[in-house]
This record gives sequence, C-alpha cells and structure tokens, in this order.
Amino acid sequence: MNNFFHTLMTRQDMIQSAFLEHIYLSFVAVAIGIAIALPTGIIIARYRRYAEPVIGVTAVFQTIPSLALFGFLVPILGIGSNTALIALIIYALLPILRNTYTGITGVDSSTIEAGRGMGMTRTQILRQIELPLALPFIMAGIRTATVLTVGIATLATFVGAGGLGDIIYRGLQSYNNALVLAGALPVALLAIGFDMVLKWIEKRTTPKGLKI
Amino acid sequence: MIRFENVTKRFPDGTEALKDVSLVMPAHQLTVIIGPSGCGKTTLMKMINKLEKPSNGKIYIDEQPITDLDEVQLRRSIGYVIQRIGLFPHMTIADNASLVPKLLGWPKEKKDARIRELLELTGLSPDTYMERYPLELSGGQQQRVGVVRALAGDPNIVLMDEPFSALDPISREQLQDELRNLQQTIHKTIVFVTHDMDEALKIADTIIVMKEGQVEQVGTPQQLIDEPANEFVRNFIGIERIRQKRAFGDKKLKEFIHLFDTEWQGEAQTIPADSTINEAFHQLEKNPSHRLAVTAGDRVIGYASGRDLLKAALLKEEEVAQ
Ligand SMILES: Nc1ncnc2c1ncn2[C@@H]1O[C@H](COP(=O)(O)OP(=O)(O)OP(=O)(O)O)[C@@H](O)[C@H]1O
Ligand SMILES: [Mg+2]
Repeated sequence: MNNFFHTLMTRQDMIQSAFLEHIYLSFVAVAIGIAIALPTGIIIARYRRYAEPVIGVTAVFQTIPSLALFGFLVPILGIGSNTALIALIIYALLPILRNTYTGITGVDSSTIEAGRGMGMTRTQILRQIELPLALPFIMAGIRTATVLTVGIATLATFVGAGGLGDIIYRGLQSYNNALVLAGALPVALLAIGFDMVLKWIEKRTTPKGLKI
Repeated sequence: MIRFENVTKRFPDGTEALKDVSLVMPAHQLTVIIGPSGCGKTTLMKMINKLEKPSNGKIYIDEQPITDLDEVQLRRSIGYVIQRIGLFPHMTIADNASLVPKLLGWPKEKKDARIRELLELTGLSPDTYMERYPLELSGGQQQRVGVVRALAGDPNIVLMDEPFSALDPISREQLQDELRNLQQTIHKTIVFVTHDMDEALKIADTIIVMKEGQVEQVGTPQQLIDEPANEFVRNFIGIERIRQKRAFGDKKLKEFIHLFDTEWQGEAQTIPADSTINEAFHQLEKNPSHRLAVTAGDRVIGYASGRDLLKAALLKEEEVAQ
C-alpha cells in the first residue's frame, strides 16, 4: 500500500497527463459518436426498413474484440490519437444508435397519431413529441457508450495515443503492481464518475409527466 | 358538407375496410356512424382528415376534393378525438389542450380563455386540472381532455371516435346532453362514432349504420326506428326499442307533458294535447326544425321537439309513470 502511494507521488505528473489524455479521448469519441449515431438513429426510426441493416453493421463492429480492432486500424491509419479515436467512436455508436431508435419507435402510436391528426408536421412531431419522450432512452445509450469508451480507451496506448493505458502497460512490463494500480484505479473512478453524472442527467431529462 | 363518392379502402395486407361507400354528412349537423367492431368506422373517419387515403373514390368537403387541400392545414381546421385518446404524456393538460391553438398561432390570452371555458364545460375544473399531467387523470377525465383538445381550435368540422366510451353512464349521459346543447349554439359539422345505439338515437341528427365496410342505412333516428332498411339494422336497433316505440305511438301527448319544455322562443306549430305521439311525429315531419306547442284548450302547456317525442317513445314504462 505504501508502495502504491509512493508511486502516485513520484509519478504524479505522468499520471495526471495520462488521466487528461484519457478524458480527452473518451470525451471526443463519445461526442463524435453522438453526432453520428443520434441523427442516424432518428433517420432509421423514420425509414424503418433501413433500421435492421444499419444497426446490424454497428453490432458487427461491436463484436470485434477491441484489441483486434486497434490492430486492424494501424496498417490503414497508422498510429496516433486519430486511430484511437476512430476505434473508440466505432464502439460508442451502437449503444447510442440502438437506444435512439428504440426510444423513438417505442413512443405510443396513439400519441403520434393524435399529433398527426391535430395537424403537426413531421418535424414538429419529432421535436415536440418523439424526442422528448425518447430522451431518457437516448441518455441511457450515451451513458452506456461513455462507460464503455472509458474502459476501451485504456487500449489507446497500443496505437501510441496515450491515456491511462500507458501507465498500466508500463506497470505490467516492469512487473510493478503499484503502477498498474495507479493506472487502473483512475480508469475505474472515471467510469463510475461519468456513470453517476450521466445517470443524474438521465433522471433530469425524464419528462415530468412520465415520472408519475 | 362532407361527401364520400365510391370510396374503397384496401389495406396493404388485403383487408377491405371500406367497400364502395358513397354518403353525405350534412353541414352543421351531428352525424353518428354506428356499427359492429371492425366494420370500418374509424377508417371512414380517418379518411376525412387524410390520416388514411382512399384506394379508390373521392372525398369532398364543401364540394372541394380533399386531395386539393394541404393535409396539415386541413387537419388543423378539423377537430379530432381519437379512439385511443392519445394525450401527450409529457405535456400538462393545458399544453395538451392548447396544441392546435398554438399551431394556429393564437395569442396566449385567447388560448387560455378558450381552454378554461372548454374544461369548465366538460366538467373539469381548470384550476385543478390545467397543470396536471395526463397520467394523473382517470380514463374518463383523459377522454374529456381529448374532447377539449379537439374543440380548442374552434374547428368547423369535429371528428369524434367513441369519445365517451370510457365514461360511467352518468357522466356519459351528461356529456351527451352537453354535446347536444353545445351543438344547438355552435352548429358544427360533427361526425361521431359509437357502438351504442342509445347514444346514437339520443344525439344524432343523422345516423349511418355500417356493416363490414358497407353502409346499410342512412336516416334520422326516427326513420331508423320506423323503417329499418333490413334485418341487420332492425337487430342492431333492437326489436325491443322498435316495438316499444310503435306501442307508444298510440299514446296521448298529454301523458308525457312533463318531458317537454314550458318555454320556447322559436317557431312552433300548435297541436292539441289529445293527439297521439304518432300524429305529433307526422306533423313535425313537415318542419323538423320547429317545435310543437302542445295545447290544452287555448293554453300552451309545453313545447315538444322531435327529439323529445322520440325520448318519450323510448322511455321505459316506469320512467313514464314518474
Ligand atoms: N392499418 C391497418 N392495416 C390493416 N388492416 C387494418 C388497418 N386498420 C384497420 N384495419 C382493418 O380494417 C377493418 C376496419 O377497422 P376499423 O378500425 O375502421 O374498425 P372500427 O369500425 O373502427 O372498429 P371498432 O369499433 O372496434 O373501433 C378491420 O377489419 C381492421 O382490422
Ligand atoms: Mg374504431
């Protein structure tokens, strides 16, 4: 235990910058994942016949072991943080896409029909009915994607993109358990932290009328 | 006026929900569509606001083919109470009800005043309910909000798909009366779907009886009872009701005098209280909008409308005795 604190003290700078890199990677990957998956989810909810193939493709990506995916990408994209980001984005897509889709398609059809019957346009129905009612699902998808990404981002070290994986890897190579722990513990804390914050946001976004 | 011209609706799975339907729903009248479950009532109604498109045939509103009308504009001008209620669960009652006025861009004060008035009218106290959410209301209360929402934009045409089905008999009767009274003053073109023959006979100007996607008979409540077009209509109205009415037809007006209004400002024709119900019906047929001033000697003792007579004819013995 003393050993662990000693490591934390002496390697403080290194751990701190790895921590920031890790947050940066996860954050950017999830942000871009949302930017891609959210609109796609909305589109496939409207044109449902495309839903299965599109979700299928992202699901296939998900089944590729993460280490293998990083491995595939290196010959194509070289090493560096872009490669890591692309791999992470690919993993973030599925949960966000699937939850957006199920959230929107799960809205009661009588509600949509009432909206249409009142003379709402498609866009008004999307903005005023479908998205507010699907928001808790979408937020849950983003939460899953974030926790997943924080975990997988430890592999970024293998493509030279840094992050807390660096610390863990270094510790493993030098049989320094304290160093491994000094890398792994922040990852776990980060994942739990994000999870809690996003869970709170998820609760906040649940429309008041549905909490009854 | 809404007119269907040889309208057929075939769903992609092959179901023929409407088969070559031609009919007219007169303007400013309350037309009731009645028929067994699955006979195409909802489908017929949804065609009027273009939620469903005909596979064949044409639909006109005031002689304008609805294919010429923009569907969003059309729907905003038609009130619609959907069968499954369909309130927006994330919006308050006030927001639900004021949706169409909002889409039409009404100023806030006008919107609020309208919603309050309508909530009051349907027996929901605005101060209690406006800020509540649909899930905090009972099924019957939600249904009332559905009616308020449909009327909020002051539409000329109102489509009501079994709007009172979730109500207890007492509130149901009460809302039927309200609707009838309201209709006396607002004169909208109302299309009202129901399963319930009592409801139809009570509120309708015209009844359309449907079966398996086809129209079996169109007529006033009286006509349906007096001359059911076929066995199906006869059974649907109920042999009991028909027999009852025929038997009562020979009774004297004066037995029912307690059912009639004692004050009336509109046009009326006089009829002696000794006349029979049938004679009274006969006299009214010439001028259905008039009332009969029932006289005893040279004194008017009550004013009877066609609806009052029908009510008298359909009342049960014990109710008459009261
Ligand atoms: N979207 C659809 N696709 C296929 N068939 C449909 C569809 N909508 C309705 N139908 C069928 O069309 C017929 C008429 O349905 P409709 O909903 O108009 O009946 P209804 O008279 O309103 O019945 P209810 O009194 O039970 O509400 C039924 O056989 C129904 O199964
Ligand atoms: Mg129906």
